[in-house]
Amino acid sequence: MTTAPPAIQMEQLRFAYKAGRDVLDIPSLHVPPREKVFLFGPSGSGKTTLLGVIAGVLEAQSGAVRVMGEDLRALSGARRDALRGARMGYIFQLFNLLPYLSVIDNITLPCRLHPARAARLNGASPDAAARDLATQLDIAALLHEPARELSVGQQQRVAAARALMGNPELVIADEPTSALDHDHRAQFLETLFQCCQRAGSTLLFVSHDRSLEPMFDRALSLPELQRRPA
Amino acid sequence: MKTLWSLAAQSLWSRRLTSGLTVLSIALSVTLLLGIESVRTGARDSFSNTISGVDLIAGARGGSLQLLLYTVFRLGSATNNISYETYERWSNHPAVAWTIPYSLGDSHRGFRVVGTNGNFYKHFRYRRDRGIEFAEGRAPTGMFETALGAEVARSLGYTTGQKIAITHGLAGDLLQHDDKPFTVTGILARTATPVDRSLYVTLEGISAVHVDWESGAPPMPGDEVPAEQLEREGVKVEQITAFLVSAKRRIDALRLQRDINTDANEPMMAVIPGVALAEMWRTIGYGETALAVTAVFVLIAGLLGMIVALYTSLEERRREMAVLRAIGARPSSIILLLVAESALLTFAGVVAGLGLTYAALFLAQAPVEQAVGLTLTIGAPSQLAWIYVAAILAAGILVALLPAWKAYRNTLADGLSARL
Repeated sequence: MTTAPPAIQMEQLRFAYKAGRDVLDIPSLHVPPREKVFLFGPSGSGKTTLLGVIAGVLEAQSGAVRVMGEDLRALSGARRDALRGARMGYIFQLFNLLPYLSVIDNITLPCRLHPARAARLNGASPDAAARDLATQLDIAALLHEPARELSVGQQQRVAAARALMGNPELVIADEPTSALDHDHRAQFLETLFQCCQRAGSTLLFVSHDRSLEPMFDRALSLPELQRRPA
Repeated sequence: MKTLWSLAAQSLWSRRLTSGLTVLSIALSVTLLLGIESVRTGARDSFSNTISGVDLIAGARGGSLQLLLYTVFRLGSATNNISYETYERWSNHPAVAWTIPYSLGDSHRGFRVVGTNGNFYKHFRYRRDRGIEFAEGRAPTGMFETALGAEVARSLGYTTGQKIAITHGLAGDLLQHDDKPFTVTGILARTATPVDRSLYVTLEGISAVHVDWESGAPPMPGDEVPAEQLEREGVKVEQITAFLVSAKRRIDALRLQRDINTDANEPMMAVIPGVALAEMWRTIGYGETALAVTAVFVLIAGLLGMIVALYTSLEERRREMAVLRAIGARPSSIILLLVAESALLTFAGVVAGLGLTYAALFLAQAPVEQAVGLTLTIGAPSQLAWIYVAAILAAGILVALLPAWKAYRNTLADGLSARL
């Protein structure tokens, strides 16, 4: 097995919602595989935008973005969606779940949407894989509850389980703990780390809460990543 | 694909109250549309089947609509009579199978009195093949006997054996032929046609009550010819108002019509009931157009309700769309999801509407026929009904494209960042 390509690789990346007003202007960003990266920055600094570019939802105007070795700018929108669906996990700050689905249906949804995701389960059925992850995340008892009846902490665990289905190479978490209280926060992070470790996933974790920073391999400040005005 | 449909179904189920109301409003529109369609065809059928098996209606020359109205619908009156000899001549015409004479002009408490002969009870047909039947008693044969239409008997509460007087003319009770009362010998079974609203006597009966009325006014007291004397001596039938003709062969009808129209002895005219009824239906058919237009508007309101429901739910569902995007759903899948939802709603609405329509028809059929003489046929949906159904489904999908497009735009703009 050759060495895996970097999880994220950016050169001279520029992104603007409106022409001429760059939100992102990043000369260089490298995240090696399996690294746990803490990305911080004040709100409005473009953290979520950066995640959108990495996830392939937003298209950069110039520069290079390679995610798990794939040149995002060379891929069609559908291919980027497929890449995200099959090989990435994404956790939001809040409201990660489709309220009308049960917990297990929420967890297996990416596998139903993308057969390539289901193919990564090493032969296990999506339901079996979901039960396995649910046990690790201590939500096995909730699998058949409707998602809308879960507490915020439980919802975030379900979101983590969904993000980790099929051992994705990259897990992106956008302030997933900011809605949790202090005790739950540490506990959630602990579990997330363990699961990423087991899955061999790179973790890109965004937060403005710098108290979490010491738990990560590396911390990146988005403002410092950005090109400084000349 | 399958995943999206099941997502759509689960999402709708989770909002089952609003989904249910949307389905209900579509179902009601569908029911109204199909119900009106059924009433429309029922009305047209009942109308054009008021009289069946008759090839021509002949009477004194005048308006064809007028002739149709007073013979078939017992409305308005004839301006002229025709002589009995003329009637007999046509009735014995080699191309004619049978005729039914009508002698009109008198009434009883607002109901028309029709003088006719045995042919009426034998040959008259309505709704294709239904004939005259008696609920009780028998046809009048004697000069002062009468049979009552079902509606007459019901609304006046008459029974057989009762004696009634006939009024000269069509309005009021002023000029009574009360010196010559008629005995009710029978009551006709209900036909749900104008037949129910008349009294039937013999042609001789009509002549008999007019024996002393040559001047158009009642005889002076004491001058009346007694009924017993008339019965004993008999009366001669001088004239009738109109007659129905059935030709031996249908293709003879047109030639018969022309011959009657050009009768050298008397100014006469004949109309083909089918043609005249269709013409008349076109004139009074505005009602059905109005009904259909109303139904279409109700349907539009139902579909608008669905757009509004989908549209208002979009704002609160932006989050859901972002979640779907995050797990790899394509923007086009978002469109498909919303279109699938409205397709499911419309489909459920149409199915429920069809069910409701048949339930309503089933429940209403007997009462409606009783009340207004309209036969609502229960059968497979007509071709037009299928076209409606297809159009409603297509409209349901089309209207969803608007909110779906909006959701698509939201999705592209929001990316993964939709805030609440």
